Amino acid sequence: MAIWIEEDAKVLVQGITGKQGHFHADKMVEYGTNIVGGCTPGKGGQTVELQGKDYPVWDSMREAIAATDADATVIYVPPPFAGEAIMEAAEAFDAVKGEGVVVCITEGIPTLDMVKAVSYVYNRPGVRLIGPNCPGIITPGENGGAKIGIMPGHIHAKGRIGIVSKSGTLTYEAVAQTMSIDEGQSTCIGIGGDPVNGTGFIECLAAFEADEQTEAIVMIGEIGGNAEQEAAAWAAENVTKPIVGFVAGATAPPGKRMGHAGAIISGGKGTAEEKFAAFEAAGIACAKDPSELGAVLLESLKKAGLR
Amino acid sequence: MNIHEYQGKALLKANGVPVLEGVHCTSVEQALAAYDRLGSKVVAVKSQIHAGGRGKGTLYNPETKEHVMDGGVKIAFSKDEVEKYSSHILGNLLVTIQTGDEGKVVNNLYIESGCEIEHEYYLALLVDRDNKSVLIMASTEGGMDIEDVAHNTPELIHKISVDPNSGLLGFQKRDLGMALGLSGAALKSFFKMLGKMYEMFVSNDCAMVEINPLVKNKNDEIIALDAKVSFDENAEFRHKNWDELRDLSEEEDVEIRAKETGLSYVKLDGNIGCLVNGAGLAMATMDVIKLYGGEPANFLDVGGGANEEQVKTAFSIILEDPNVKGILVNIFGGIMRCDIIARGVIAATEALSLDVPLVVRLAGTNVDEGKAILAASTLNIHPADDLAEGAKKIVSLIGGEA
Repeated sequence: MAIWIEEDAKVLVQGITGKQGHFHADKMVEYGTNIVGGCTPGKGGQTVELQGKDYPVWDSMREAIAATDADATVIYVPPPFAGEAIMEAAEAFDAVKGEGVVVCITEGIPTLDMVKAVSYVYNRPGVRLIGPNCPGIITPGENGGAKIGIMPGHIHAKGRIGIVSKSGTLTYEAVAQTMSIDEGQSTCIGIGGDPVNGTGFIECLAAFEADEQTEAIVMIGEIGGNAEQEAAAWAAENVTKPIVGFVAGATAPPGKRMGHAGAIISGGKGTAEEKFAAFEAAGIACAKDPSELGAVLLESLKKAGLR
Repeated sequence: MNIHEYQGKALLKANGVPVLEGVHCTSVEQALAAYDRLGSKVVAVKSQIHAGGRGKGTLYNPETKEHVMDGGVKIAFSKDEVEKYSSHILGNLLVTIQTGDEGKVVNNLYIESGCEIEHEYYLALLVDRDNKSVLIMASTEGGMDIEDVAHNTPELIHKISVDPNSGLLGFQKRDLGMALGLSGAALKSFFKMLGKMYEMFVSNDCAMVEINPLVKNKNDEIIALDAKVSFDENAEFRHKNWDELRDLSEEEDVEIRAKETGLSYVKLDGNIGCLVNGAGLAMATMDVIKLYGGEPANFLDVGGGANEEQVKTAFSIILEDPNVKGILVNIFGGIMRCDIIARGVIAATEALSLDVPLVVRLAGTNVDEGKAILAASTLNIHPADDLAEGAKKIVSLIGGEA
């Protein structure tokens, strides 16, 4: 089953004619993602070549979705236009089919643009936003699968571990850790490290809990805000599957932005220590070193009688 | 991006928020001229640095570290006092609770007219990540450390959340003013001021506007007596004027240079330099170094698609720090290919004649090619298969415990 994105999901690419969009669309097709075309305003009617095959381009998301019945879109539009690209996608999915998944990879979108975009998406309940500033979402399949984003596809394999993370490369690390104990992934989601984003930890945990394929969860947080604490408290009440966690930034100094716009300890709040404590209080098995996530996960699986 | 109080006040004034008359100065002569010009008997002489706690800070001579004066914000009752305070402030080191022990040299002063204060309030606008909206916070407990207020008497902090679809509504402004106990002319003044401030927040892509204190004077006027304004750096592309507002002397020179090359660098106090792709993994790398008994010298994220040149710049920035005794490179290639990183590492170590131990951990895209390139080189590069092994190796190579 996996969550939100099936292996054969039909995917559009916004910004498909741009350098980034084209490069990653090609990689997605190579992985096996069912790309059905793209959208770049002003370039409708053109085609784009991915892995030796031509794909159609539309001027608007409404046209693109109407023509392809797409399930999801992935946005590689530059920051000044990305907020609007999210809203266009949300409006189009809502109007044409009442549902859809919008994945925004773009890094550096102004926060107030995201405040607007998130509120816009929220008013269209059938539409889910993942990101921005994230690696995307991947549901590995038996043969390829749906890779919607910039993650290296080849490190994944279909399996029963759900992964949710704020960070990109740290998600890959978590994937590699599951593979090191011969476990594959149901779905991996990078929710992004910006202060204002779409889908959060709790929605991911809820979906993993409800998903038959997922039998255990890896949750990777980082300093800043209290999304991890809230998710941990929620999980304690609502999640029956084993969860393994890690939080990055134990050594980060307060008041300094650590790369991600959201990764900052302010007013003594949002420290890694606080988050680890919340994880532990919720019964989440923690690794203090991401290279040990595999071992901790194996332990949790055994405890749950899953290995 | 932070700006100075005097710049924040100019912005508030331009947007119709009442502030007191004031003059930005960089010399004692200018401060004295400002005093004459303002024609106010009492003036505030305010140090301008990008850190809070100025009033309770202490000034030191930057060379001798001798104590000069207590308090970075002074009330002067005469021209002589203006001369005394401004000469004690300018060019000296101001240490506050927020600057750390090294303090900051004060190059800018703000001379501001006095004002008869009836009551001090606290007001802040910021983006609230939980509600994903602009949050306005106000308290009757102005002039105090707001974190203490939040901790000890949270009921004295009043909050409203602005729906981005409707903007700040009239009843919200009224409710907040009434929660502060305002009525009549003062409530009207607050209502008008808050509307202007919200407009300013949005149109200038602010990350935070904090006014502590916001005051009510004898005439029931609401005035911003302080202004701490910061901008959302992601929005820089639509604010060409930010370049002029940026005070580069307030930022770490090396952090600025890193940013110009697309790197994200933060200097820390340890001795193991790190070069990593991705912010989360970079933080995790620092954490693991510490876990195995070492101390990270920096946070450095080379980003998603670094080239050979950026890797070289990253190395040279790490090595500028004289404390660095060893370097750990940790790359999980996604978009980034390990073979390119390996070539970059070799080019950089040769060009910079690296003489500290170097541990390189590669994983992900083209990892085998990357490892082969490193293995074939004659340079003294220690490979590692995972992060823990890499961290343990670098810690033991620089003579720490691991």
